Amino acid sequence: MSSRIDELLKNQVRQAAKDGRKFNIVGGGSKAWLGRDSDGETLDISQHSGIADYDPRELVITARAGTPLQIIEDTLAESGQMLAFEPPYFGEYATLGGTIACGLSGPRRPYAGSARDFVLGCKLLNGKGEIMRFGGQVMKNVAGYDVSRLMAGAYGTLGVLLELSLKVLPRPASSVTLCHESNPNDAIQLMSGLLSKPLPVDGSCYYKGQCYIRLSGSKQSVIDAQKKLPGEVLSLRSQFWERLREHELSFFDNDKPLWRIVVKPASKPLPLEGEWLLDWGGAQRWLSSDASVETIRKIAQQFGGYATLFRGADRTGEVFQPLAQPLQLLHQRLKTSFDPDAIFNPGRMYAEL
Amino acid sequence: MSQPTSDKKDHLIQAFRRLLPAEAVLSETEDLRPFECDGLSVYRRLPMLVVLPDSIEQVQSIMRICHEAKVPVVARGAGTGLSGGALPLENGVLLSLAKFKQILNIDPQNAMATVQPGVRNLAISEAAAAHNLYYAPDPSSQIACTIGGNVAENSGGVHCLKYGLTVHNILQLKIVTVEGELITIGGETLDSPGYDLLALMTGSEGMLGVIVEVTVKLLPTPERAQVVLAAFDDVAKAGEAVGAIIAAGIIPAGLEMMDKLAIQAAEDFVHAGYPRDAKAILLCELDGTNAEVSEQIMIVRDVLMESGATEVRTAKDETERQIFWKGRKSAFPAVGRISPDYYCMDGTIPRSQLPLVLRRMSEMSDEYNLPVANVFHAGDGNLHPLILFDANQPGELERTEEFGRRILELCVDVGGTITGEHGVGMEKIDQMCVQFQSAELSQFHAVKAAFDPEALLNPGKAVPTLHRCAEFGAMHVHKGQLPHPELERF
Ligand SMILES: Cc1cc2nc3c(=O)[nH]c(=O)nc-3n(C[C@H](O)[C@H](O)[C@H](O)COP(=O)(O)OP(=O)(O)OC[C@H]3O[C@@H](n4cnc5c(N)ncnc54)[C@H](O)[C@@H]3O)c2cc1C
Repeated sequence: MSSRIDELLKNQVRQAAKDGRKFNIVGGGSKAWLGRDSDGETLDISQHSGIADYDPRELVITARAGTPLQIIEDTLAESGQMLAFEPPYFGEYATLGGTIACGLSGPRRPYAGSARDFVLGCKLLNGKGEIMRFGGQVMKNVAGYDVSRLMAGAYGTLGVLLELSLKVLPRPASSVTLCHESNPNDAIQLMSGLLSKPLPVDGSCYYKGQCYIRLSGSKQSVIDAQKKLPGEVLSLRSQFWERLREHELSFFDNDKPLWRIVVKPASKPLPLEGEWLLDWGGAQRWLSSDASVETIRKIAQQFGGYATLFRGADRTGEVFQPLAQPLQLLHQRLKTSFDPDAIFNPGRMYAEL
Repeated sequence: MSQPTSDKKDHLIQAFRRLLPAEAVLSETEDLRPFECDGLSVYRRLPMLVVLPDSIEQVQSIMRICHEAKVPVVARGAGTGLSGGALPLENGVLLSLAKFKQILNIDPQNAMATVQPGVRNLAISEAAAAHNLYYAPDPSSQIACTIGGNVAENSGGVHCLKYGLTVHNILQLKIVTVEGELITIGGETLDSPGYDLLALMTGSEGMLGVIVEVTVKLLPTPERAQVVLAAFDDVAKAGEAVGAIIAAGIIPAGLEMMDKLAIQAAEDFVHAGYPRDAKAILLCELDGTNAEVSEQIMIVRDVLMESGATEVRTAKDETERQIFWKGRKSAFPAVGRISPDYYCMDGTIPRSQLPLVLRRMSEMSDEYNLPVANVFHAGDGNLHPLILFDANQPGELERTEEFGRRILELCVDVGGTITGEHGVGMEKIDQMCVQFQSAELSQFHAVKAAFDPEALLNPGKAVPTLHRCAEFGAMHVHKGQLPHPELERF
């Protein structure tokens, strides 16, 4: 069945290349608001669904790109496993393909790795209508350039992901969240410091005067670590990390533009007006602010980082940090090497891609 | 490509001499000799010239000069590569990064370090140790190989299953392009805007740019590390035990396997205390907090016993742990002592295929009449069969190479890959035709052209031309199917 859909998509792309048409690749549409506005006819891949292969002993799952993320995570949970990068859904119809194409990772990212870190292989349809396989279902593979990881975070601008193989990990046996009152400076020092301490931390966040630390691992190791850190145990019912991951905390309930600022974790609080939420041990900072794009980008860069206009404001401008000249040229050349007629998601990432 | 005229060589020597001190431009045959091969010494070739710059500006100027003269460039780290990746070109310049030896910055607050590309892998962990931090990927060659080479090969080590490969442990690269431009890729941040060029550069075998600076992630030294040694009277049982440990929900820090020949060679060499009569041993390292390690050791011991281990031993102290690992890490030189030559393969397979692949390799070993010692990263299914041979016996090298090729094809057949960590280089270029179809190979060439349109960086390595595959295919019909049927045969 899948191969029939493959053929169908392939023919659609070949025809589009001839007719000079453009496609907007859509899985579940849950992240349609991310990135820049992009026009083009909808190329729906939600029918391209199903788990192709999963053997818990191999620590690998292979599924078609349109498979709902929920199905993937439910299936893994049945075998006590998980996608360790804690992907955000941002809506009930999130698919595997969209998850990898957007390359977003949740609170566990600094401790376990990012979406791209778990990509092992993919089946890809390029802009010439060719179906190709890169990487594979094994943990280590250095044959050829690492095209599959290049697809993570490329926002579908290089091709249509048809199938993905991801590394999966066992779920921790036990998990506890500690919460204590703090201020930005102290919280940053504590959270970034934890990145170089051998403690079973797999989440840390600060906002509205509270610092949250999640510990996960064997039962005893979590109990031991709890004694070394400040804070009261937070009830599981608060679903704190899920709500953080899905941007459902009250912080995100705001009409101002939402910025994602990534800096070195130990960076001091950035001198920008607005409301802050610090995640990833201080490395990923959410800012809800009316400050100008120029100011925000300039300060982020001064701190050795960069800023993305994540939600709201003008989605036709540069929502991602503009690239330096030689890098931009390289991006254009790479785009052309995969999608010579610029069929896929035109302008979704950068105006020129 | 045309033979370099001595004019061209003289022109380059003069240009380089204006840039570099005399001892950093080598052109006499005896000076070029040390650069004629990497760790895979069956391939040897003298470069036209060797240059040894020590600053990024010098690398940029060298690249500009070569680009203008249309002379190919091969970058070289320590030359420990095992696939001929750093094999020079006779009409090309060999660019050694050996002088880039400085650790530029260790930032314990942000758990990262910035180093020059010629810094040895182990030197990073040694420098970070003062802060109780370390750099996780630990290839067995770590005392010698450089971080630049590690990035170019996406090297792994015994701790990859839990801590990832080079690609998972670097943050930023500075590269000099074929035109001599300096570009920063990635950032001192967990991710960066644009395409993931960091992933693309990692494992690109010197084909896309010259790496002149690397920023790596550092990890906290675990509170405790323990290693369990298990002996088996049957290799297949050891293979099963690997899957059983993972099924028990444990990700060991290292999970390595050695077969009888490798055990005995290692034992004779370093006296690691391995059981000499075992058919296979597993080394399973567990690390983390004290409590976590204690708990996991109990589980792993049970799983190993249930899987039919004849003996399960836990290293009694740090010294014994180091000795257990020393046996494994010196397995290659140990095998080197019992045979005039050995040939190291590097396929990766799904773990479940381990028993089948081991059986088939043992059958082939009989067929070719060449012994095989097996050492491998069992946790991630990365095999290192070492074929023992004597290059002085007429025909043995050819037989060995054919045997090796068949092992790699077997890996592809069972859903694996021809190389897990050593790279394609010169060595496995024909096997790329078995693993990939024309569309994929063409895509690789297009990616290369985006960085290096005139193919001046390490040309001829890593990705075969379609014509080469067609020629290879004509000699080599696989399962009755011609690879790349759309191409004409010559
Ligand atoms: C005994 C032994 C054990 C080994 N064990 C392991 C192991 O456990 N795991 C593993 O992964 N490998 C292992 N290797 C292989 C080898 O050590 C690695 O591939 C290593 O990363 C090569 O580093 P190098 O500095 O020696 O690179 P070189 O051999 O000099 O070069 C390797 C490739 O990288 C390119 N290159 C080097 N430096 C640069 C640069 N600065 N910019 C761009 N391109 C560059 C070269 O052109 C070449 O293609 C082993 C080798 C030996 C001899």
